[in-house]
Amino acid sequence: MSQIGSFALLLALALSIYSFIVGLLALFFQDDPKWERLGDTARRAGIVVFGGVLLAAIALVVAAFRDDFTIAYIFHHSNRDLPGPYKFATLWSGQEGSLLFWSLLLAGYGFVLRLRYKTDPRLFAYASVVLAGVQIFFLLLVNFAANPFGLLEGPMRADGSGLNPLLQYPEMVIHPPMLYLGYVGFTVPFAFALGALIMKYPGEKWIQITRRWTMVTWGFLTCGIFLGAHWAYAVLGWGGYWGWDPVENASLMPWLVGTAFLHSVMMQEKRGMLKVWNMWLVFATFWLAILGTFLTRSGIIASVHAFAQSSIGSWFFWFLVLTAVVFLFFFILNKDDLRSEHKLESLISRESSFLFNNLLFLLLTLDVLWGTWFPKISELVQGNKVTVGAPFYNRVAIPVALLLLLLTAVGPLLAWRKTSFESLKRNFLWPTVGAAAVALFVMFTPQSWGSIFGLRPWHDISYLYSLMTIFLSALVAFTVASEFYRGGRVISKHTGQGMFASIVQLTHRNTRRYGGYVVHLGVVLVMIGFSGAALNQEKEMEMGFGDKMTIGNYELTCRSFTQDETANQFSEWAIIDVAENGRKLTSMTPVRLVYKASNQPSTKPDIYSTFKEDLYLVYEGQNQKGQPVIKAHVNPMVIWIWLGACVMIVGTGLALLENAPAPVTVRVPNLLERTAPVASGD
Amino acid sequence: MSTILNLRAIVRSIIRSIDGNRRKAAQVVLLCGAIFLFAGAGDPATRFTEIGHQLMCICSCGQILLECNHVGCPDSDGMRNELKAAIDRGDSDSLVEQSFVQKYGPTVLAAPTTSGFDRTAWIVPFLALALGFGFVIIVVREWKHRPAPAIADGLEPVRGAELEHFRDQARKETDL
Repeated sequence: MSQIGSFALLLALALSIYSFIVGLLALFFQDDPKWERLGDTARRAGIVVFGGVLLAAIALVVAAFRDDFTIAYIFHHSNRDLPGPYKFATLWSGQEGSLLFWSLLLAGYGFVLRLRYKTDPRLFAYASVVLAGVQIFFLLLVNFAANPFGLLEGPMRADGSGLNPLLQYPEMVIHPPMLYLGYVGFTVPFAFALGALIMKYPGEKWIQITRRWTMVTWGFLTCGIFLGAHWAYAVLGWGGYWGWDPVENASLMPWLVGTAFLHSVMMQEKRGMLKVWNMWLVFATFWLAILGTFLTRSGIIASVHAFAQSSIGSWFFWFLVLTAVVFLFFFILNKDDLRSEHKLESLISRESSFLFNNLLFLLLTLDVLWGTWFPKISELVQGNKVTVGAPFYNRVAIPVALLLLLLTAVGPLLAWRKTSFESLKRNFLWPTVGAAAVALFVMFTPQSWGSIFGLRPWHDISYLYSLMTIFLSALVAFTVASEFYRGGRVISKHTGQGMFASIVQLTHRNTRRYGGYVVHLGVVLVMIGFSGAALNQEKEMEMGFGDKMTIGNYELTCRSFTQDETANQFSEWAIIDVAENGRKLTSMTPVRLVYKASNQPSTKPDIYSTFKEDLYLVYEGQNQKGQPVIKAHVNPMVIWIWLGACVMIVGTGLALLENAPAPVTVRVPNLLERTAPVASGD
Repeated sequence: MSTILNLRAIVRSIIRSIDGNRRKAAQVVLLCGAIFLFAGAGDPATRFTEIGHQLMCICSCGQILLECNHVGCPDSDGMRNELKAAIDRGDSDSLVEQSFVQKYGPTVLAAPTTSGFDRTAWIVPFLALALGFGFVIIVVREWKHRPAPAIADGLEPVRGAELEHFRDQARKETDL
């Protein structure tokens, strides 16, 4: 397997180099028919690269299933008793394998792109060359700097060290692929953007071609980020889902800039504006995805999630420099072709709302980037490191996020070019009244009535932030609902259909716009979930048989504690009965595990979720008497976050659907009555 | 005339008394609000939670002190006990934090301080926010005054009231 994998990787590298060099020359001598044919061979070579990398990946997975511990990577990341799905996940569990996986996904994207070249052969040829360039970098890495097929030195081992216990969780089988599909996918819009920049591509066609790629990629990254957050919540056992760790930040930064790009492309499509800006956003998204990988893998910034420190950091550093130089060179050379076609007419317009939207997304990115790098900067300037943790990010990022939420409510109701105050007032009156009513209801409903919020003593600003989040979330929800309602009403009036059918038709006619609104609704749910964090409660107690603990409205009783053993692990667990207002709700079993192969302990919390709150129990260990130490958390509204993430993914899927053609409306009963066509454009 | 002056004086005194009452009422409301809002802010359990979330566990797990949960952590229990003891002694928040910094180094604080070079960590994001907003407003103004792109010969661009008329018509027709 080692030899097959190594050969496949070398073959893929050779083909990538061919695809890059010959493809580049073919573009340079594009008027020569001979070079045109050679250019096609470069495209085909790029397609075959996928086969080579796929073969290498299959070889690695087969080696994991065959417990081939002669391969160092398999020895370090697998063991005989590891369940099958985790053996499959070995492919991306370590440094070398994950780089191979990255190469595979990149080759996969390249495969699809090169097959679809007829859409615009010349632009696709440029994009293919850029992709081949990036592919060469990753294949150089897996061939020469982090080879997953390296052999284990010393005597043959009977069993492997096993997979990191924290990664032995079902979501870990899908979280990294989703995240990588997101990271890698941003290479495609970047390749098209750079291609369009080099060839001075006229118009917005490249934006239209890459729109779906970007949305798919963004969807994957969103999915990956939330799966990671859920994994952190359900596995790590600290009671939270986002710790502002540098590796988490690394995934958030390209997502933020990518989101800004998804909004600003509309300005270029609709109004021919922000062409320079969009170029830079695409580049920044790609660059930040690579920067994140650099952070994760170089060891330059300490993180509990990071891969082991290795020499590949310098490879990434120089790749980052090279891509920046290449992009800057072509930007300076061809920037005159990126002039805006229209002027902006008013501060109160959809255009300026997009500008502020982009500003806020970039500010959030800057905050995250600054916080991530500040420990290193501090070390360089004053010689000692400082910690930049959650208190810093919460203080600087939450106000910006709230402004962004406000803009999410305001933006869709603003017209392109100019919005009159009357129209603004008309559109905003009822959503604002509704949102204020929701906020007041949430604030003044007593906790004894089951409210999570209610009037409570002031400890810090987080409670105020939570209330503001509720108000703004309600505002977004009402404005989105009003958009659906007004559009649906128009269709209903002209077709005689019911409101629901009209809204479905409306959405189908402009999937991008209304799919986008569904994504906004998902964001609202996520933000409501975040707002609950200000009201978290926690308590820790040593619990012998029959001992009781009270937290929130729950009464916990330790019914039993015991031990167990499987082929892969030892476990200790407690059985806790949970009652609320004297009524038994459920029994929970928080567990502490020790994996045999690695001898590493780990906890797996048990979570009882409702829409109101999560009861989250962690088996922290045993006291000197052998009794379990249980930590209980009550985390309000966490389930809303996962629900919101699902809605965001559904909205993205909706936005990817083809628009239905607008039907011609004819009223049969009275042919003399004039009917007007219905517009549902942005 | 004197009647009018008397009336004025009476009205003034009424306004003054209302103002005075309002002022007093406002003061009472503020006081009640402050008592309500800040009640409990200084109790030991709340302080333990608040300060414990401003400190890091030093076992290199990278977690907030009160969130460190990894099995067999050699440091977090001791640090929590120290924090509890300091709060029970009645040490102020800053004194507690200083004593932790002296013992464990500056990385024990979960966020940069607001002194020395660390201050830049706080300044930069808000400076960027202010500069960013200023920049966008300038860009919008600049673009507003940019000359309109040339259009085909013989066509006059629609402006002003006529443009507003067409906009209203479009809005009415689409009902949006």
